[in-house]
Amino acid sequence: MKSLAYVAFVGILLAAIPFTGSAQCKNFAKKVCKLELAPYIHDGNYNAAILTEGEDAELFKTFYAGQEYRISICGSESLPPIEFQVLDVDRKLLYTNASRNYATSWDFKVESTQQLIVLVKVKSSENGSDDLASGCVAIMFGLKTD
Amino acid sequence: MEIGSVKRMIRIYSVVIVTVVAIMSCASDKGSDERVRVDADEVISDSNAVYGVQTAKQIFYSLPSPLETALILKRSGAVYNEEILNPVENLSRYNTNKSMALNLGIYSTDLSYASMFDQTQASIKYMSASKKVAEGLGILNAIDNSVIQRLEENVNNREVIMDIISETFLNTNSILEENDRVAVGAIILVGGWIEGLYIATSLIDDVHKADNELIERIIDQKLSLGTVINLLEQHKSNPDVKDVLTDIYALDKIYKNVQISVSEVESVLREGESVTTLRSKNVVSVSPDVFNDLKTKIKEIRTKYTM
Repeated sequence: MKSLAYVAFVGILLAAIPFTGSAQCKNFAKKVCKLELAPYIHDGNYNAAILTEGEDAELFKTFYAGQEYRISICGSESLPPIEFQVLDVDRKLLYTNASRNYATSWDFKVESTQQLIVLVKVKSSENGSDDLASGCVAIMFGLKTD
Repeated sequence: MEIGSVKRMIRIYSVVIVTVVAIMSCASDKGSDERVRVDADEVISDSNAVYGVQTAKQIFYSLPSPLETALILKRSGAVYNEEILNPVENLSRYNTNKSMALNLGIYSTDLSYASMFDQTQASIKYMSASKKVAEGLGILNAIDNSVIQRLEENVNNREVIMDIISETFLNTNSILEENDRVAVGAIILVGGWIEGLYIATSLIDDVHKADNELIERIIDQKLSLGTVINLLEQHKSNPDVKDVLTDIYALDKIYKNVQISVSEVESVLREGESVTTLRSKNVVSVSPDVFNDLKTKIKEIRTKYTM
């Protein structure tokens, strides 16, 4: 009976892993990333996922003429630096934080409404370890209000 | 049964149960991922998976939130007209998941629009309506009573009110994601986006006399429409999403007659400035007939969602 109870306990723990990761990511986005948008107001959207080093993600969004935006990318402390690039629909590079010491935010405005792609890459760590780090990465947008 | 056999059976059951639970755990995780992203490289070899040589690309489609929609409306010269908003008295009509999700988006846009024009009483009214619909959807903690109280305490501070709205929307989205209900989140966003289009088109009586900037922003929604379709298509196995997608395809058919040509984009950062400008020139055109068709279709869809 003890063995069965142990198995059930392990099973519950395993089943809870995805939800725990998701909840941690939510708290991380709310408590850490959102603060980096100030003084811009967060648009309210939630774009976050658990990424492993070497993985990348893309986000498609339309940005509107006349509106000033701040993109903020933040990752858990366990992750290596995160590179983010902004590309146009033809995938022409418009910005990369790699040339700015992996700055975590970028302020911009568009003269005409544009659909842009935000490409986020979790760099591979340089220590050659077989243990790949995973953590929450959030892409958040701030809006200038005045 | 001998003790040895019993122990062997326990070991076998242990392996089976742990394996099943682990598979369920992975399946649940994958289901969650699929709601927010497309795995472009699903087939990877085991060795690649272990060593991370091949990475899974994740794709997010981000729609303008109700707050961004309201901000764009105001910047484009829109005026405030409470009569065009969805009356809170309609709340009792919304009893299905689909109608509640759509109208949570609609009320969220109405709330953001009212707050952008410092309409405090309307803001509180629409926040209360949003709270009730969110509760109906089982999102119990996204908007609590303290939110309404904070709104009342900050009636003269638009920045704080916008921050409160942003926080409630983030709570709603993240709770839905946490509970593997991202399809519902997509419907909420589409409801809010349709309401923004409805408000904008309702404010234009005569396309010849209307403010150009507001018309331009309505035309610009052709660019967001592609994102709306991609987002919904990620969840089209959900019957409610499939229904909404049918309406969006009908809207897309009309938007196909709206022309937008986009010039090359150039990134410019002037010396001494911290904000980069992405320079480009869009050429847009829409005939009055097509504009009226758009306005009619948007009204038809919005009426279907609110009635």
